[in-house]
Amino acid sequence: MERADVIILGGGLVGLTLAIALDQYGLSSIVIDPADPSATLARGFDGRASAVSITSWRMLETIGVGAHLEGKGCPIGSIRVNEGLAPGGLSFEPDADEGPLGIMFENRQLREALRQSVLAAPNVTLMMPARPAHSERTAGGVEVRLQDGRTVSGALLIGAEGRQSPTRDAAGIRLARWSYDHTAMISTVNHAHPHGNIAYEIFYPAGPFAILPLLPAEDGLNRSAIVWTVKGSEAPAMLGLPERAYAAEIEKRMGGFLGQVTLCSPRSSYPLGFHHAAKITAERLALVGDAAHGIHPIAGQGLNLGFRDAAALVEVLVEGARIGLDAGDAQLLARYERWRSLDTMMVAASTDGLTRLFGIPGRTASLVRRIGLGAVARIAPLKQRFMDEARGQSGELPRLLRGVAV
Amino acid sequence: MNASTPIPATIDPAEAAHFGKLAQDWWNPRGSSAMLHRLNPARLSYLREQIDAHWQGDGTTLKPLSGKRALDVGCGAGLLSEPLARLGARVTGLDAAWENVAAARLHAEGQRLSIDYRCGGIEDLAAADGEAGSYDLVTSMEVIEHVADPAAFVAGLAAALAPGGLMIVSTPNRTARSRLALITLGEGLGMIPRKTHDWSKFLTPDELTGLMAAAGLRVLDRRGLDFMPTRGFRLSADCSVDYFLTAVAG
Ligand SMILES: Cc1cc2nc3c(=O)[nH]c(=O)nc-3n(C[C@H](O)[C@H](O)[C@H](O)COP(=O)(O)OP(=O)(O)OC[C@H]3O[C@@H](n4cnc5c(N)ncnc54)[C@H](O)[C@@H]3O)c2cc1C
Repeated sequence: MERADVIILGGGLVGLTLAIALDQYGLSSIVIDPADPSATLARGFDGRASAVSITSWRMLETIGVGAHLEGKGCPIGSIRVNEGLAPGGLSFEPDADEGPLGIMFENRQLREALRQSVLAAPNVTLMMPARPAHSERTAGGVEVRLQDGRTVSGALLIGAEGRQSPTRDAAGIRLARWSYDHTAMISTVNHAHPHGNIAYEIFYPAGPFAILPLLPAEDGLNRSAIVWTVKGSEAPAMLGLPERAYAAEIEKRMGGFLGQVTLCSPRSSYPLGFHHAAKITAERLALVGDAAHGIHPIAGQGLNLGFRDAAALVEVLVEGARIGLDAGDAQLLARYERWRSLDTMMVAASTDGLTRLFGIPGRTASLVRRIGLGAVARIAPLKQRFMDEARGQSGELPRLLRGVAV
Repeated sequence: MNASTPIPATIDPAEAAHFGKLAQDWWNPRGSSAMLHRLNPARLSYLREQIDAHWQGDGTTLKPLSGKRALDVGCGAGLLSEPLARLGARVTGLDAAWENVAAARLHAEGQRLSIDYRCGGIEDLAAADGEAGSYDLVTSMEVIEHVADPAAFVAGLAAALAPGGLMIVSTPNRTARSRLALITLGEGLGMIPRKTHDWSKFLTPDELTGLMAAAGLRVLDRRGLDFMPTRGFRLSADCSVDYFLTAVAG
């Protein structure tokens, strides 16, 4: 029977990041994921792009994944928030010495970089594709039986299976969840005018519309990712539009300021929801990433929250190993729980507040929004806080997020 | 080993019986040893710091005790012995209560750790072949306040120490604050099992330093372990509740 310090169920963006970081510090892991990498790495599997905050980027650099991504990301120089196309929005521009607010990567690039790193990591055993059939946690350790009959064991089980996490549900961890009745439609577009490294969040009565700057593909054309949120019931009709018509709708919502738009990726859509696990640990179990929490993509913080989970858990487990504690030790899990719960709740609550503020139709709401935005613009500390949030710099930062080795 | 194992002179029989009752519950982080579990990270951090200082480690390796022998006196069910083994040491765990030793053996097996647990007192060890002067690290945490003859106990620990070895001992101080924290609050509120401690047997850092000097040891470091109900255990300069002494021969 194969044995490792930790068994990670789920080799998505967060699960693999965790495995790679643990490997750097000599902790071993077995990663189990039913997905076939040849499918998940194919073009068109995940057409999304993610805003990687500066703190998350520092971690990716510190654990060696950054080297595979060098020069592939598009720095976000500033963020503009606007209500519709009306003038008088908010602009978040960092000072010259503060660096970018984040870096845009295609998820496919992130997946590829993580896979390269993980395959080179001596302390990681990747079982992918492999489907877990049964897992058992006892006071002494954890054991996972795979559907193909193999069994693996370790000291700690990590649930990194994304929002449907069966491990979380089997542990009886309660979940607060609601759905927004909104769907995010994702696509990548070419446009005539350069984006100038600006990310736009444009709030329409139907929902937010985000334009996120990407680097040009091989063809050298200006390129951006579009996250277009509409009422759930309206999405199928929109997605059914011919490409040209869909591109024209996007151009209309941009107010034409990036010039003519053409689609350069297949479209995909995601129903939006919010979920938050009441606890992120149990006996010899820790949850990370979307298994623990899922938030509205409006602020682009979902993946970053997951990276922060990974960074905190790595620090807790590595420090624990250096004083001889076993990875499933209850004191270590208690520290992880304390560390992450506050941060996660704060980001989730403020993102949800933002969505609700912008999701309510009607005159009053619009007025509140305008006053609200104006107030944020006038009050320097609030604005700073908003930018820190975008950067991922709020809260007590794990060392990896400061770019410091554990 | 069984219950008829002769009880050595430095062990107070009433104390040994008391801990034996707790044996099964030892490893439950919310059981009657919850306090020990909670202070474990702090005391292990201190241990690691002293190990690195003594053997010039950089704090980032996972097996700083690799190739070394460690003796944990009053090991209970192995809360300290197991981490020492994970850090790479060949560990001997010694405890007066056979129930503890039995529980410790069972648990180590489940953790795939090979630890030599023995039932007895430090003087039994000294009598055994090849044991005197053979341990690079000797620890005894929260134990000396329970022994019948602290001076003989310290002398026993010193005799086990190999040349160039390191000894780390922790125990509660005898102050008004320690009485309040450990007995009035700790035992009173049920966080520590009742009758765990006899305050009058506690040693001050100066008294313990004196016993060590008499046993031919030189104290290198003195550190407090502070407890705050809200924040748990922390290493601190304040030795008034509980403290560590680190010593070497000579
Ligand atoms: C429309 C949209 C846009 C977004 N935009 C952004 C953004 O701009 N920036 C940002 O930071 N975040 C964004 N997010 C959020 C981000 O995508 C997620 O937070 C992130 O992917 C979570 O990673 P994860 O590894 O926890 O989960 P996932 O990426 O969902 O990975 C889960 C993995 O677990 C595997 N798995 C499933 N079931 C099992 C099982 N039973 N056993 C073992 N393995 C299993 C899956 O195959 C998968 O590989 C967005 C989300 C959405 C929906």
